Amino acid sequence: MHDRPDSIRSPLARARGLGASGEGPRAWMDMKITALANIPLCFWLVWSVVHLKGAAYWEFTTWLANPVNAVLMILLILSGFYHAVLGTREIVEDYIHCEWFKMLKLIGQKLFFIALGVACIFAVLKVAFATGG
Amino acid sequence: MSDSSVKTVSNRPLSPHLQVYRLPVTALMSISHRLSGAVLVLGTLLFAAWLIAAATGPEYYYMVMGWAQTGLGTLILFGWSVALFYHMCNGIRHLLWDAGWFLSKRGAATGNLLVLLATALLTAAVWLCACWYA
Repeated sequence: MHDRPDSIRSPLARARGLGASGEGPRAWMDMKITALANIPLCFWLVWSVVHLKGAAYWEFTTWLANPVNAVLMILLILSGFYHAVLGTREIVEDYIHCEWFKMLKLIGQKLFFIALGVACIFAVLKVAFATGG
Repeated sequence: MSDSSVKTVSNRPLSPHLQVYRLPVTALMSISHRLSGAVLVLGTLLFAAWLIAAATGPEYYYMVMGWAQTGLGTLILFGWSVALFYHMCNGIRHLLWDAGWFLSKRGAATGNLLVLLATALLTAAVWLCACWYA
């Protein structure tokens, strides 16, 4: 956006997203925060997948029913899927220029990730509660 | 101010087009970050299949585990791990860039090497562990 001479907002205020909506940098910040959270969570996931290689069904469900594992898995789903929503949004915004198709893609993929994320969280909870301590 | 009705015919060079421009390593790594992110989104579908299969029942769990242990499944898992570690290492570099570090041309070049090296080392370490654990 070009600086209008009649604007009383300083360039810094604009960059910080201060003003009418006040949430300009929100998506950017959320991207960074979920990125930070994903670092340890992904190390944990990779370690777990290696550990669970060829695990029998009861071994896997016992592992997932452990509260620490269940909570970490749900945190990874929340943080990872939100990160994916933001990332795919950035790609679509950059490369798709047809306005209605862009909106369709953006809304569609957001709903898709929410649906998939809820399904994953439900799966974790079902295994965790069904298996018991 | 310039008159918008005047058509300017210019012989000045156009900006480098992707098809004729050899991307420097930094640019290749930048687009690879997006590419690996997209690959990870595809991997997310497998991740979801894994969890949902386990919640559905043992027969579905063993079906997914069976896929994962085929040659193609292992190859996909390997690709997923490369994409994950690359996206993670390059993402950490992005966070450092946001903090204002490694922003010089030289810093970026050093970062290229470090990111590629870390990706290779982490991927190798995980697959060595996976083989050793068997």
